[in-house]
Amino acid sequence: MISLKMNRLDVKVEDGWTILEAAKFYGLEIPTLCYNEGLSPYGGCRLCLVEVGEGPRAKLVSSCTYPVEEGLVVRTDTRRVIEARKMMIELMLSLAPNSKVIQDLASKFGVKQVRFKIRNEECILCGLCVRMCSEQMDGRAIGFQNRGYKRKISTPFDIRSEECRLCGGCMYICPACQLRCQGPQADTAVCNACLNMDPTCLDHYDDLQCWMYDAGRCGTCIRESPEKSAEKEQTSK
Amino acid sequence: MDIQELKVKSFVTKYNKEKKALISILQNIQEEYNYLPQEALRIVSETLNIPLINIIGVATFYRAFSLEPRGKHLVTVCMGTACHVRGGPKILEEFERKLNIQAGETTKDKQFSLEIVACLGCCAIGPVVVVDGDYYAQTTIRKVGSILKKYMKIKKKNESN
Repeated sequence: MISLKMNRLDVKVEDGWTILEAAKFYGLEIPTLCYNEGLSPYGGCRLCLVEVGEGPRAKLVSSCTYPVEEGLVVRTDTRRVIEARKMMIELMLSLAPNSKVIQDLASKFGVKQVRFKIRNEECILCGLCVRMCSEQMDGRAIGFQNRGYKRKISTPFDIRSEECRLCGGCMYICPACQLRCQGPQADTAVCNACLNMDPTCLDHYDDLQCWMYDAGRCGTCIRESPEKSAEKEQTSK
Repeated sequence: MDIQELKVKSFVTKYNKEKKALISILQNIQEEYNYLPQEALRIVSETLNIPLINIIGVATFYRAFSLEPRGKHLVTVCMGTACHVRGGPKILEEFERKLNIQAGETTKDKQFSLEIVACLGCCAIGPVVVVDGDYYAQTTIRKVGSILKKYMKIKKKNESN
């Protein structure tokens, strides 16, 4: 067993787990996109970023690929993490604005605008289809090609691969092309119509998700009103 | 151009059919044909027992490999920051005009291919032009013609032989 700190909470997890698995076990929510239990972790979407370490040496790592270490200090909901996460969602939206999965994420995490040029590539290079093809379907018909901004997923020579058995696994798992949002297609706006319209309150809290040790008043879900904080100040005086 | 199966296989066997030698094998094929022909990649995939898509991934990742037929002589013009400010773009333009092709293309007679490179690491001698591994330092627009002539002469010599 390995003991580590997650969101100021001492936890014990099995050796060989990743931070993401540990967080799931203890009920800490970490959003993921390119992670799938049946496939090897890839660390491509950067949605599962968490802060590891303390003070100025704290760094952002993808929790789906980071194995737990003895004495590790992990924080899953700092401002830095939330900002990075929102930025990733925004960037992914600019690549695949019609994806329902990404739009739902945007809605959930309060991404209301896309400041980047909409590229409509309908692929965020998360590699889910590539891993699905080779790991679950034993196909190896598609893969990454080129590099940098030319990077794409395709079959060899862009023609139908002999390896492909038309199983449709790649389509099934794709977060960008499945269940495309049927809402109006504005140029930059995120329609947000698929999920609720309420902004989440996560971005108002600096340090941690309180994780229920102050039942009902933990602060993750209730935004502190200005009057209440003024009241608090007075009582402390 | 015919792809000789035996030749490609000899490249593979040269490295004891080891998977880790993939890049070396691809380099040999590239040297032989000036590009990576589809059939050759299929043969490599079969003999090395590596999925074709993985070989394609490697072949498209490195700029040294090309899936399209390339010219006999490869002209690379440096467009790194240092070469850029010293007039790299003008030299590239001159090459484009002289060869009558755009960067990334090959002349119709399959003699020259023109490529852009981001930085060659020898900024002190910029603007740099590399033709078939020979470096030309402090290139100017005037030197472009003489550089090209050198390689055209080689072509004529070979023809006369």
